[in-house]
Amino acid sequence: MAREEPAFKIKIANLSLFVLYVHTTDMDQLKKQLDMRFNKTQDFFSNTPVALDLSAIANSNLSPDFVDLMSFMLDHGMRATGVVGGSTEQREAAVQSGLGLFPDTIIRPALKSVSTSTTTTSIDAEDSQPELPGLAIETGVGEPNNSRILDSDTQIQKPVSQVLPAFRPTMIINKPVRTGQRIYAEGASLVVLGVVNAGAELIADGDIHIYAPLRGRVIAGAQGNENARIFVHSLEAELVSIAGCFKVFENGIPENLRGKSVQVHLDCSDLIIQPLLS
Amino acid sequence: MSKVIVVTSGKGGVGKTTTSASFSSGLALRGNKTVVIDFDVGLRNLDLIMGCERRVVYDIINVINGEVSLKQALIKDKNCDNLYILPASQTRDKDALNLEGVERILNELKESFDCIVCDSPAGIESGAFTAMYFADEALIVTNPEVSSVRDSDRILGILAAKSKRAVDGLEPVKEHLLVTRYDPKRVEAGEMLSVVDIQEILRIPLIGVIPESESVLQASNAGTPAIHLDKSDVAEAYRDVVGRFMGDAGLPMRFVTAEKKGFFKRLLGGR
Repeated sequence: MAREEPAFKIKIANLSLFVLYVHTTDMDQLKKQLDMRFNKTQDFFSNTPVALDLSAIANSNLSPDFVDLMSFMLDHGMRATGVVGGSTEQREAAVQSGLGLFPDTIIRPALKSVSTSTTTTSIDAEDSQPELPGLAIETGVGEPNNSRILDSDTQIQKPVSQVLPAFRPTMIINKPVRTGQRIYAEGASLVVLGVVNAGAELIADGDIHIYAPLRGRVIAGAQGNENARIFVHSLEAELVSIAGCFKVFENGIPENLRGKSVQVHLDCSDLIIQPLLS
Repeated sequence: MSKVIVVTSGKGGVGKTTTSASFSSGLALRGNKTVVIDFDVGLRNLDLIMGCERRVVYDIINVINGEVSLKQALIKDKNCDNLYILPASQTRDKDALNLEGVERILNELKESFDCIVCDSPAGIESGAFTAMYFADEALIVTNPEVSSVRDSDRILGILAAKSKRAVDGLEPVKEHLLVTRYDPKRVEAGEMLSVVDIQEILRIPLIGVIPESESVLQASNAGTPAIHLDKSDVAEAYRDVVGRFMGDAGLPMRFVTAEKKGFFKRLLGGR
């Protein structure tokens, strides 16, 4: 008798997850501010799992209306998956509404210190939009972070602090990355096997490898890792950047690099693009 | 199984409606029970190209609002027995076109039609999004110029990320590249992108190349889909497209290279 193929296996995966820190039990206020914050960037979430951190409201006797909040979040592309922290009553109410329970605290030592001390990665409502005191979302990337890199007058953006990054598995994309799409590998390297077209954007905190033509923008070492490198099968890019030091190709890419396999690295704040030896 | 096919492009004026009209007619000529829906609410054009503008009484918004039945709004095509047209509204606000209503209509149409062709408006606003959301397959209409290709790339990205199939985690929308208004002579002169250039950027399978032709304009003005024109390369090209869509293997890709004048033709000065 032939042995049956195993139909499943269970593993613990270390996936990165968005956490919505709930600062109030006033759902109207929360929803209003979420609306204001994410209405303009509708693409930001798309069926993205999000955990709710309730530790800030754990002392309250009230529990949020989770069912209502979940459907509201879903309208904005966020799928609430479970709660972190909160009072016993709040956690019970969450389970009743179909949410899962995470352990009380998030275990993520290295990046935790980044997000609390430097906030290079967080879109903090209190910082960027003072009129919105009710919520803070810890995320990888957003307009403020990016535009800061791209708009800086000086071409170099010094990292705010040196923190050893936590190991995250490399993100692998095996489809074309098209105009208007943005991919961010938070705390990880990024490998792209499909073409990256003009108007697309790749961002990684680690290295970026592209085994296809690169026509869009590519930003490695987004959190300031000056050792990050970019490897490209065929260079036709609009912009390359490492640790905030960037290069655009206004007059076209030099003949000796255009369409060639290249690597890009930083050498004392100089962005070096050189052909890969064949 | 009935199929929902969206004809879309991002950019305007590339030939979506012309393609919708000829493609749906071609499907009907091949024996498929077909309906073509105009999603361009506020700027309806499809009925003009199909030559049924004087028979439009009700439109898709009437059906969505439950004012009339689907049957009352469908218009039978004058050229093909198997083809029906569901026109867009000229007067209503485009926001009246909501996903729930469209889904209801599509489900009802699926009961009696084999092919449902959705003619998308230009842009990436709600109208175009609604048209593509429920699609099983997509014809990406592209002209051989950079801005059109760029917009098609954007649409492909949205299809891959936001269509119902993508959201539900089903098999992705099947994408077909249709290059229209192609002029091999101008391509050879380096004034236009070639089919190879376009495919190099978009990287989806090519379903056909429609040559640039004055007859398209004449057909549109006459209210006859170009596929019905006699002795026209455009009609031939659209028939090839329908054939490939229906799975005819081995159809050669025509109209890609400029026609060389034969020796005698040159000698006799014939055109």
